[in-house]
Amino acid sequence: MAAFLVRRLAINVLVFFLITIAIFALVHKTPGDPIAMQIPADQLNSGSAEFIAQKRHELGLDQSLLMQYWHWLTNALHGDLGYSLLNGRPVTEVLGERIGPTVELMGVGLLISLLVAFPLGILAARRRNSLVDYGATVVSLGSVSIPVFFVALIAIYVFTLKFQWFPSSGISDPTNPGLLDSLHHLVLPAVILGFGNSGPFMRYVRSSMITELGADYVRTANAKGASPRRVVLRHAFRNSLIPVLTVIATNLPQLLAGAVVIEQVFAWPGMGQLAVSSVNQHDYSVIVGFALLIAILVLLSNLLADVLYTVVDPRVRLR
Amino acid sequence: MTSRTVAAGRSPASAALRRFRSHPAAVVSVVFIVLVVLAAIFARPLSGHDPNAIDLLQARTGPSGDHLLGTDSTGRDVLSRLLFAGRISLGVGLASAAIAVVLGTLLGSVAGLLGGWVDGLVMRLADVFMSFPSLVVIVVVSGILGPSVLTMVIAIGLFQWPVCGRIVRGVTLSLREQEFVLASRATGAGPLWLMRKHIIPAALPPVSVVATLAVAQAIALEATLSFLGLGVQPPAASWGNMLTDAQSLTVIRSEPWLWLSPGIAVALTVLAVNFIGDGLRDAVDPRSAS
Repeated sequence: MAAFLVRRLAINVLVFFLITIAIFALVHKTPGDPIAMQIPADQLNSGSAEFIAQKRHELGLDQSLLMQYWHWLTNALHGDLGYSLLNGRPVTEVLGERIGPTVELMGVGLLISLLVAFPLGILAARRRNSLVDYGATVVSLGSVSIPVFFVALIAIYVFTLKFQWFPSSGISDPTNPGLLDSLHHLVLPAVILGFGNSGPFMRYVRSSMITELGADYVRTANAKGASPRRVVLRHAFRNSLIPVLTVIATNLPQLLAGAVVIEQVFAWPGMGQLAVSSVNQHDYSVIVGFALLIAILVLLSNLLADVLYTVVDPRVRLR
Repeated sequence: MTSRTVAAGRSPASAALRRFRSHPAAVVSVVFIVLVVLAAIFARPLSGHDPNAIDLLQARTGPSGDHLLGTDSTGRDVLSRLLFAGRISLGVGLASAAIAVVLGTLLGSVAGLLGGWVDGLVMRLADVFMSFPSLVVIVVVSGILGPSVLTMVIAIGLFQWPVCGRIVRGVTLSLREQEFVLASRATGAGPLWLMRKHIIPAALPPVSVVATLAVAQAIALEATLSFLGLGVQPPAASWGNMLTDAQSLTVIRSEPWLWLSPGIAVALTVLAVNFIGDGLRDAVDPRSAS
């Protein structure tokens, strides 16, 4: 098992370095002087020509491209991602305060999608070709086909404007903060994010359950007289979790893609909204920081999938 | 395929066609997509209005006899914009799926034929591309390079090739062991010949399924990116950027024709293409069907 994990870790680290090269190449493509991204705007505007030249030297911007990459990478790994072109604040700080809301939205969204996917997937697998199975297929195709922003607009129309049940923007009401208020703001974005991701999860649960329900040990369990409920939940379901768990882990970045769109529609102050507004305002240093953060998130979820795989499936541990 | 086997009704293709026809949602979807394509092709005669003609006196009017789906904030006819947007949405979908299929077929068959470290490298590359959420990557890339339709099409295609690549590699690996391929190699067939005569025909059925699903995904991605303002740029109309206006509560409330029609257009089109892909899958691979 250790050998498997070490090999996966090595591949992930290698991939991470390749991605940082790609991101650095993009940094190089950004219009404007790269020094503007690396020192605060007030220093840039008030500083004398010598000061700027000295900073340029300190930051290695007068050296070869390779050395520039090295400076950029070591700074980034130390948490120094430069300064926002828009307001001069450190990028790490700007990004940092946006992580919480996004994690909250993604976590609850994931929970909702699993609460939909597991029961529906198991039911569809047990009653293949029934009306339930057909309905589940339609729901899952709908959830991948209808763009999340359109679902969000319909939800705002129905639940905010017609019934006035839920607010349509922001993370909380400053005049009336509290847990209930936060939950109230979370309902629409999280449910829509969950719905959009439940389709693929449901299909994996269904096909994994179908495989397991056809296995020999299920026939044995049925033959020895275990109740159908016990056979499904204690025997087949637990084994069907193995592929499903890794799919969930590798799908975390996809969840983020949904969050980017939903944050935009619901004015949710997370990373996705920050990314889109930075793009619209040409705040390149924040965009680059965001890209680096995404690369880390993707590689961490890949690693998580590998670890989960070895933990839940003893057969991998023996390899 | 000779005409004799088709006439006998027992060829794989005719059997597949029969299975496809027994999938009602897929058949309805084919009819719907044909209508959408025709509407996009004949956008000009059908619409009766110039999609970019601004008429401020007629701004934000509801559906009427002259403007069947109403007008937008600058008085442009929503129906004609919807029809012209169909051209862009379908075009982006087809073009990026084509890039994905060509790239996937090339890389997949090279990986399968050569094996060894080339295979390992291509498959790791496929893993990396699959693990990144394409929407987020395109947001970043278009943020730095500036939004353009060409960047978007290439980026979508680049992130979709792995699915096709894996399938073609699998087909290649199983073909490599077949005796007729061995015989073909023994008589001097090169890799290009093998690809053209053996791999591509064998991979065509499963690839047609993933290509269809790729078109659906690309149309949805284009709409989302354009909605965020990072895809098709105004004044050109796309189903996504027609909804960009609808980010204010007043528009959502009082001018539903502005966002309902493009939203329904993109949702139904993507749904229909996905249904066709689903039907194709059952048709070419009877084992996956129940």
